[in-house]
Amino acid sequence: MAMIAADNRGLRLVTRYAVLVLIAIIFVFPLVFMLMSSLKPDQQLLQDSGNLRAFLPVGDISLQNYTDAFQRAPVATFVFNSVLVTGITVALSLLLCSAAGFAFVFVRWKGRDTLLALLLATLILPFETIAIPLLMMVAHLPWVGFDGVSWGWLNSYRVQIIPFIADGLTVFLFVQYFKDLPGELIEAARVEGASWWQIYRRIVMPLSGPIFATAAILKFLVMYNQYLWPLMVTQEEGYRPVMVGLQYFFQLNVAWGEVMAYLSMITVPVLAFYLYLQKAFIASIASTGVKG
Amino acid sequence: MKMFTLAASAAILAWGSAAQAQQALSMWYHGAGNEVESRIINQIIADFNASQTDWKVELQSFPQAAYNDSVVAGALAGNLPDILDVDGPVMPNWAWAGYMQPLQIDESKIENFLPGTKGYWDGKLYSIGLWDAAVALVTRQSYLDELGLRTPTLEQPWTKDEFMAALDAAKASGRFEYAFDPGMAWTGEWYPYAFSPFLQSFGGDIVDRSTYLTAEGALNGEAAMAFGEWWQGLFKNGYAQATQDPADRDGGFVAGKYAFSWNGNWAALNALNAFPDTVFLPAPDFGNGPKIGAASWQFGISATSKFPEGASAFIEFALQDKYLAAFSDGIGLIPATRTAAAMTENYKEGGPMEVFFGLTEAQALVRPVTPGYVVQAKVFEKALADIANGADVASTLDAAVDEINADIEKNGGYGH
Amino acid sequence: MASKFTVSNRTGWLMAGPAILLIAGFVILPFFLAIAFSFTNQRLISPNPTEFVGLANYRQLLGVTMVTLEPVRDDTGAIVMQDGEPEYPSLRALTRNNPDRPDLAGMREWFSFSLGGEDRTYVLARDVVFMKAVVNTFIFVLIVAPVQAALALGLALLINQRLRGINVFRAIYFMPVVVSIVVVSLLWRLIYDGQSGLLNNLLGAISFGMIEPVNWLGNPSTALGAIIAMSIWQAVGFHMVIWLSGLQTISPTLYEAAAIEGASKWQVFRYITWPGLRNTAILILIVITMQAFGLFAQIDVMTNGGPLDSTQTIVFQAIERGYGKQDISGGSAISVILFLIVLSISLIQRWLTREKT
Repeated sequence: MAMIAADNRGLRLVTRYAVLVLIAIIFVFPLVFMLMSSLKPDQQLLQDSGNLRAFLPVGDISLQNYTDAFQRAPVATFVFNSVLVTGITVALSLLLCSAAGFAFVFVRWKGRDTLLALLLATLILPFETIAIPLLMMVAHLPWVGFDGVSWGWLNSYRVQIIPFIADGLTVFLFVQYFKDLPGELIEAARVEGASWWQIYRRIVMPLSGPIFATAAILKFLVMYNQYLWPLMVTQEEGYRPVMVGLQYFFQLNVAWGEVMAYLSMITVPVLAFYLYLQKAFIASIASTGVKG
Repeated sequence: MKMFTLAASAAILAWGSAAQAQQALSMWYHGAGNEVESRIINQIIADFNASQTDWKVELQSFPQAAYNDSVVAGALAGNLPDILDVDGPVMPNWAWAGYMQPLQIDESKIENFLPGTKGYWDGKLYSIGLWDAAVALVTRQSYLDELGLRTPTLEQPWTKDEFMAALDAAKASGRFEYAFDPGMAWTGEWYPYAFSPFLQSFGGDIVDRSTYLTAEGALNGEAAMAFGEWWQGLFKNGYAQATQDPADRDGGFVAGKYAFSWNGNWAALNALNAFPDTVFLPAPDFGNGPKIGAASWQFGISATSKFPEGASAFIEFALQDKYLAAFSDGIGLIPATRTAAAMTENYKEGGPMEVFFGLTEAQALVRPVTPGYVVQAKVFEKALADIANGADVASTLDAAVDEINADIEKNGGYGH
Repeated sequence: MASKFTVSNRTGWLMAGPAILLIAGFVILPFFLAIAFSFTNQRLISPNPTEFVGLANYRQLLGVTMVTLEPVRDDTGAIVMQDGEPEYPSLRALTRNNPDRPDLAGMREWFSFSLGGEDRTYVLARDVVFMKAVVNTFIFVLIVAPVQAALALGLALLINQRLRGINVFRAIYFMPVVVSIVVVSLLWRLIYDGQSGLLNNLLGAISFGMIEPVNWLGNPSTALGAIIAMSIWQAVGFHMVIWLSGLQTISPTLYEAAAIEGASKWQVFRYITWPGLRNTAILILIVITMQAFGLFAQIDVMTNGGPLDSTQTIVFQAIERGYGKQDISGGSAISVILFLIVLSISLIQRWLTREKT
């Protein structure tokens, strides 16, 4: 009996892993394709694209495409710009949007419900539909810098950051998550005289690892993949981000190997960021000792 | 030693102040990501800046695919450079919108330029190109021999029947995935650029060029209907594929998938490298003479430039034969003058692509010269894609006419 | 919750204020401008002055009418048949240069049907492409929202177990999300290739050549499906992560209690997991719906709305018009229509998922 049970468990474990691996293959194959293609010359890349060789580092393998990509475009500048703009936006966004979410869920104040409904309505607006009016606006906004007041935000980092710090979706993410947190805890803390800041910092934030991570990765993806907006507001190469940089590779005859190399390179920061956050996703509420 | 340092620093100082005296001119160009092109344009700018003391051109490069959007955004935000480059058929749109001002260039300097390189709108010269581009029917001499086909010439191009017979022969041979590769994967400007000349050779057009106020009759008249039926037949009868992978477009001919490829001179070197017996045939004559599209990228001056004379000086400087030849050698474009062509590797007499120069001179027709072209090109592209996919020819062309006419009306006739 | 300890106008405004101000300035204000544009003839590029045109843009987009036609009869009064079907008079004669029906000028057939009898009813639209875009968008949303949400939940449950190396799988399942949708679309265009694409070769190999190659993106009947499948593949990992974060909020003591009482797996899911995911479910449904209504990049890279408008979508049309065809007013009108559609849907969604008291 015991042996059969053990066998069963072993078998079940194997099935589980088999399922996990099968699904993993489905999710990862285009990316393996991308990575392997980046090592091949164009001619071979296209010949391989229809069969299993597409996933194997076979044939004429080299890093030539990577070298060529750096020749063609200032890849490092693009990645730096994207990481900078994305990083600042994500940080500010988490701060402001979680604070707003906190205020919407835990604090009672005048105008709360109306404003929340209005905010949710903005979720719906695809950015493209407001891009032109927004462009006309930012082209004439003032800015106070070290050298006094200047007009117009074009060709800067701020024009790529400030309009995107707050958005309805991120606020909404926090609102929905905070609703699941034990409200009595907050009330109890208030009764004991804790300040709002203390409650936010000491009680809510430690409980909200998963949602901060989710909001961060979502914002990161949106910002890192920006194309239309930076295209419209950066005329100087020095401010361009990675997705605008991708266009450098689509000449009349596309250099597919270089495209794949560039894509592989610009995917690294996002993947790194996700892996860094991964732990936070599973930071269980139980581990903090709070029970719902 | 000390003397030398002093002299050197004095020289640097003098150079510095001279540089300061030069008025900066900003310039936008679509060549980002193309190393050869960037090198040549930078060379021209460096030469110009060193050749005189009044002006100093400063370049900002954009990737081609994003260039037009960048210019429009720049204009909306009130932030255009002094000098910009513009795709020939788009120029009237920008000129009409007030983005550009006429060039201040002595027109005798461009007498000998290919007609497709001169951008006229409203009777004034707004833009000028250092090169033109041309399209040809690319195939191999060995294919022609095997299939037993006559080699068409500029004087005696293939007729429609001959062309279709050639496709039939290629199809029947069973050697190719498809007999003909029109380049369906290249969505965008390629459609009107490469395919509207077929329509024009049938006797139709995208818009009625006598008034530019309607497309009725031009795009849905008898000639256009005949063109539409022919176009649909290419795909329905299996000569070509309506949906093409971009990779096949780039590598299909070289991989032997197609017998004939309708392609531009910029792709010619690639084909020649793969098959030394590659030949470039002139466009077939569908009844109203063989036609190919004309006009490529050209230089112009923005309307907001405070220094049009400086910008004009730069453009005039760039029009030298040696630069025309440099661009041609670098990226395979057709130089704008015969004298420059003689200086190039590919277009000189006996050069492998000499035929293209003749093609442009003999067959080239500019796309409709109207600010509405930008919209009309889009409508035309969609109509051709739909017809290729089996949509009813008459109602598709009617709908295209309606859309073009509505757009012209909405824009108060586009200044015609 | 409504105790005096949690009331504080100052704190509320102080904490929510910055986000609200930014959204008001950079989202709501420009959108009001877009609404204003939709009532004018504003162009992207034009020297002509902008004029107020009232509802003209909306009429152009939404104009629909029906005509019922009798079949063509020959001299004897018998119905003329063509390919076994009765023949009807040409719509072209009705809609083009017809002084009798100026109201039909510029309209095109959207679809037609017959309610028994001999007559056939034609539905004409002023903008057939837009109508198709609306229908396609709804199909996309109606398939993607439930399928993607369910698959994501399945993955989240699968990945939420204690197993050696589970972190690796969690990372892998999320990978498509980190790659830009533009990039993913480029890759899948190669995979979907009609002749020698990976998918066709794979299907051919498993079926020993029984399955003929399909031109996935070139065939009007498969193009939208191919895009739906790819979109789900790309985004499901993200919603898996949201489900996961929701799963973390469920207290383990509940599971322990269930284990002691000997509850089955289904019972555990039905009575503990699912109720605990309520707010997450609402969030996911809304987020997926919003994202699905915004379908654009895949279309732009893979099909351009074709073949034969089978993959036109609302946002693609808005952008195609506003930027491609330089018609900001028309593009803005489409945006406003989309806004109204999604707003009403989210109101319905909220009403359906409201907390029952």
